[in-house]
Amino acid sequence: MEKPLTRHIKSGRDPLSLKEYEKTGGYNGIKTALKKMTPSEVIDLVKQSGLSGRGGAGFPTGLKWSFVPTKGDFPRPVYLVCNADEMEPGSFKDRYLLEGNPHQLIEGMICASYAIGAEKAYIFLRWAYKKAEAILQQAITEAYDAGVLGKNILGSGFNLELYVHSSAGRYICGEETALLNSLEGRRAIPRAKPPFPTTSGLFGKPTVINNVETLSWIGHIIENGADWFKKLGLNGEGGTKLFGVSGKVKKPGIYELPMSTVMRHIIEDHAGGMIDGYKLRAVIPGGASTEFVMENQLDIPMDFRSLKAVGSRMGTATMTVLDNKTCPVEFLHNIERFFALESCGWCTPCREGLPRIEKILAAIEEGNGKEEYLDILKYHTIYCGPGNTFCAHAPGAMEPLQSALTYFRDDFIRHINEKHCPWKS
Amino acid sequence: MMFKIKINGKFYKVKQEKNLLEVCLSLGINIPHFCYHGALGSVGACRLCAVSSYRDENDKSGRLIMSCMEPVAEGMVITTDDPASEKFRASVLESLMLNHPHDCPVCDEGGECHLQDMTVMTGHAYRNHDFKKRTYTNQFLGPFIHHEMNRCIQCYRCVRFYKDYAGGEDLGVFSAHNHVYFGRSKEGVLESEFSGNLVEVCPTGVFTDKTLKRHFTRKWDLTNAPSVCVHCSVGCNTIAGERYGVLRRIMNRYNGSVNGYFICDRGRFGYEFVNHEKRLRQAMSRKSKNEKPVVTTDEDIENILINAFSPGKKIIGIGSPRASLESNYALMKLAGSENFYHGTPAKEFQLIRGALTILLNLPVRSPSLKDIEKSDMVLILGEDLTHTAPMIALAVRQAARNLPVGAGEKTGIPKWHDAAQRYRTRDMKSPVFIAHVHQTKLDELASQLFHSPIHDICRVAFAIASLVDDQAPAVEELNQDQKDFAIMVANVLKQAKNPVIITGTHCGSLDLLQAAANISIALAAFGTKSSLSFVMPECNSMGLAMLDGKSMEALINSNSDTSDTLIILENDLFRRAPGEAVKKLLNKFTCVLVLDHSENETTTKADVVVPVGTFAESTGTLINNEGRAQRHYRVFAEEKSLPDSWRILGRLSAKYRKIVPEPWETFDQIAESLEKEFPVVKGINKKINGNDFRALNDKIRRQSIRFSGRTAVDARLEVAESKIPVDRDSPLTFSMEGSDQKSPSSLVPFYWTPGWNSPQSVSFYLDEPNGSMKGGDPGLRLIEPQENARVNYFKPALTGESSKTGEYTIVPVYRIFGSEELSSKAEAITERIPKPFILMNEKQAGMLKAAENDFVIIEISQNIIEVQVRIDDKIADRIIGLTVNFPEMPFVDLPVSVRSSEIKLTEQNIKSRSK
Repeated sequence: MEKPLTRHIKSGRDPLSLKEYEKTGGYNGIKTALKKMTPSEVIDLVKQSGLSGRGGAGFPTGLKWSFVPTKGDFPRPVYLVCNADEMEPGSFKDRYLLEGNPHQLIEGMICASYAIGAEKAYIFLRWAYKKAEAILQQAITEAYDAGVLGKNILGSGFNLELYVHSSAGRYICGEETALLNSLEGRRAIPRAKPPFPTTSGLFGKPTVINNVETLSWIGHIIENGADWFKKLGLNGEGGTKLFGVSGKVKKPGIYELPMSTVMRHIIEDHAGGMIDGYKLRAVIPGGASTEFVMENQLDIPMDFRSLKAVGSRMGTATMTVLDNKTCPVEFLHNIERFFALESCGWCTPCREGLPRIEKILAAIEEGNGKEEYLDILKYHTIYCGPGNTFCAHAPGAMEPLQSALTYFRDDFIRHINEKHCPWKS
Repeated sequence: MMFKIKINGKFYKVKQEKNLLEVCLSLGINIPHFCYHGALGSVGACRLCAVSSYRDENDKSGRLIMSCMEPVAEGMVITTDDPASEKFRASVLESLMLNHPHDCPVCDEGGECHLQDMTVMTGHAYRNHDFKKRTYTNQFLGPFIHHEMNRCIQCYRCVRFYKDYAGGEDLGVFSAHNHVYFGRSKEGVLESEFSGNLVEVCPTGVFTDKTLKRHFTRKWDLTNAPSVCVHCSVGCNTIAGERYGVLRRIMNRYNGSVNGYFICDRGRFGYEFVNHEKRLRQAMSRKSKNEKPVVTTDEDIENILINAFSPGKKIIGIGSPRASLESNYALMKLAGSENFYHGTPAKEFQLIRGALTILLNLPVRSPSLKDIEKSDMVLILGEDLTHTAPMIALAVRQAARNLPVGAGEKTGIPKWHDAAQRYRTRDMKSPVFIAHVHQTKLDELASQLFHSPIHDICRVAFAIASLVDDQAPAVEELNQDQKDFAIMVANVLKQAKNPVIITGTHCGSLDLLQAAANISIALAAFGTKSSLSFVMPECNSMGLAMLDGKSMEALINSNSDTSDTLIILENDLFRRAPGEAVKKLLNKFTCVLVLDHSENETTTKADVVVPVGTFAESTGTLINNEGRAQRHYRVFAEEKSLPDSWRILGRLSAKYRKIVPEPWETFDQIAESLEKEFPVVKGINKKINGNDFRALNDKIRRQSIRFSGRTAVDARLEVAESKIPVDRDSPLTFSMEGSDQKSPSSLVPFYWTPGWNSPQSVSFYLDEPNGSMKGGDPGLRLIEPQENARVNYFKPALTGESSKTGEYTIVPVYRIFGSEELSSKAEAITERIPKPFILMNEKQAGMLKAAENDFVIIEISQNIIEVQVRIDDKIADRIIGLTVNFPEMPFVDLPVSVRSSEIKLTEQNIKSRSK
């Protein structure tokens, strides 16, 4: 099975050095792009491939790149930002790539920068990824020494400066416009869109923000072509995907598999199924801000379209499994407490609504809940819906809540009626 | 271009490039909102302004949009009164009420609270939350602002105003989620000169007026009047409110051409001189020149006056730049024009007349504050605006944003999209050039600075004119820095479409005013219309200059040994001329009659003192530095306070001299007289309605309909309900009964619209947010550019001497708190007045063996003053700045030369250093 992104990563070992990466065929993509393609040809290629953003939103990457102005009077320089602020609870796929094969990302960023005309690029890295920070700095130094970064890359006349910036630690910095504010040294609150970052982004200049996994593809796509990429997927959406599984499974970890691999297959076969004595109750498919998928829905393909059809979202495709011995109220409370604490405090429904939800869930979990609380929770899933808040943080927090109220209502009622958590007797 | 949109079933034509909320507010449609503000634009934080938008005819449910962030579009269909948006808005209030303390009964904001209004308007009523509220600790923020963070609804207006609009740095937002906190990183006095506006900008009681707290009154219990600030020449419009004979507070009165939504701290908190114990309340007289005047009988005073005004006695009148136009006029009529003098320092008289002459004769516009805000380039010459005309400094800050906002608009970001504008253009600024003797707070805005003695600033200014038009007189021997600055400024001036040049009288140079005029003349010749703003010292400097009269200097220097009667109107002459000269002058007169409202050095040397009303107890016209005539009205009724100066002078005229057939018993009478005699104020009485105004046959009420205690207020004196005092001077009435129509813009005593009790109700008085008052902004502009005037260039006089070796030139330094007479008496302001100081560069300090913060004794013109040393490294060698006009400081005519031997360290300091 082809695993272009993770094939050469040796889990638990040192990352590939530049020389090792080159031996695997690395940095051929950039040679092809710089010597044989124009920037707009690179964009067209990525568009054709159908690559969609791996950060969770699934926006077509080539299309996003095409919004960057190239003609006429526009503010310069253009920036490329890699969103490596992986803080979605349950997600650890980007870390795997950063610690395992940093040059794959760097090559992708050089190609992407060339495509959009960026002269400066930043990797905005999660504060906790100290190991990845050191690895990236080392890799970047290697790249400068080898002449693939800096001035006149490989004699092409293309210049690129690449920096690693470590975040100060807040989850909202993973939201692309809050990331830009944080990178500028401002308070990390999101920006209203429009204007979009491709018009007014970092320092007010045209900016593209892409996920680590997305950018890691670019070198491969340039080298192997759009059709190759499309054929890697099983059902229309191209490429492979890094799937993560965590929870009470025998083999939690990262599995690179074709896009549209069936969820049950990933969990039961690749991740080995549940540990003895545990049963699977539900899965949140793509990080904490996605809806529960129940055991009887596990036969769906893991891709953006299919999950949307069952009222969920693939998000980062890092699955967290809820087992039958874990209290769903506690599971949900834990998630909502995270979202409440990570609210940036800018808009009212999120700032006040999420802590209210947290307090209610805490009360229910402790056995002090009332049935009216469920109505309040239900209302909040509408009140904090998309468009009603300033960014997607609160709507994301509502996704697990809303599906939990649907699928685990009986468990909530038990807590309320029995005045204690049935899982904690 | 106009768009047609449908709101709640009706069609409206609206301006394009606006957002939906501002359009609805312009139309008088109630959309609840918090974070939007006319001057601050939209950010979309609070989510309260939600309305429903419909795709087309078939869309029955619509979707919620935030109206403040939604650009209007042709064919837009929205509803504000549908169940979905109403429920959503109520939910937003519910969210805010989760943590809001149940403070209304003890909160100063109650009754004037935007949060209360929005809670009622959205219909949220019941608490359905079983959990505790989050609380904060408060901070000490200085004598002006009280901090109560529990009440915060996190609308972010405070920091947006304080930092983004007013350029302040020490108020910020901290923490995240529902712990967001607004305050300073460390407790302490808020540094911005505009901090007082937080009181009105904050929709709840987080930031409240600390001076009001000392004598707190609910908004609905106040008797209000439209007024004008008397603490500088900008003439911001204010609202004054009183209860039980005590002036309680000053707040902003919107004037779209002048101050807009904001006033400075000096204007807001300087009013306590009206309530001061040093107010003169009773007439006084003295028996001999060696005594101080004391309270005596009316008979005693009558006898003195009969003598003083007897036929044949010559009456000399000294008017005042802080008294109203009508009061000065009345004195001028009583004494006679040839005997009327302006009570200002000699140089100041020359400068203000010079400025007025320039404005009356040149093809240049005297700009309003709004004009300055709209200019595309600012040149400031020799004025520290932050301290001499703070609101002009604030206007310059807004002008600096015109270039970036325009650039943002070109990329499709609307003007009102505040955050996106700032992200896009960041530190970009319109060109601002500042030339001054020392560093100023506005320096951070400047594209280029020029710190230099005034003499050289004049030379460079003349040079700029000659570079714009080579017909203007050139200047020789400029050094490289001077050349560079002149060339840069001239080039930018030539590219600007509406530049403004701001200078003023505070540095004491007529040359500078004329150099600025030359620049304007040159620009006119070049084909550019420019504006020229002259900052003046006092609230009616311009008004006094428009009347007849000579400089007081002539009086001081006259050779006559004795004179008869001197009448001094609202003026402490010891602030206008050297002490010895004033004493000599006063001794010349047999009878010195002083009319004033507060005790000062002059009143202690008067033969008769007649107490008069302050601006709060008087109706009068003041003319600001723009040349705009504006009127202030009585807050206190005549029978409960003191008469206006013009009324007293009118009575004196009628009783003793019969200058006018009838005493001016009503304001209309004197105002009409004045208009007839001085064509420069033509049109004033029509524009600013007089007593003939009637709206539905009713007068305009000064009190809200909720005014309480009407019958109890005086019950301790008389149980029977007293008659409502009559206001003979205006259409305003001292009662709660009056017209329900909105009053004309010059006569608004308080803002109220059904459902809007807070200052936000001002939106319904405006043609659009941040626009003009409906029916026109208050006041009448008296001076317009002489478009086709043929003018000659002024020749550089350049009489400023450069200092000789071993000598220093002392130049004036002004402070917003301290340099103005009346506000300095207010306790909260007094706390903020720094110790008098001298300002010099490090090298000079070293040569004088003084270090920063040392106290030194300095002798200037025979005055011994103790001052603190402060360092400013941009001040030229041999130039020393000295704070002027501080309370207890003697009058010094600056600039003046001083030998280094006359600057000594105090003994205290010398001792402490040797330790």
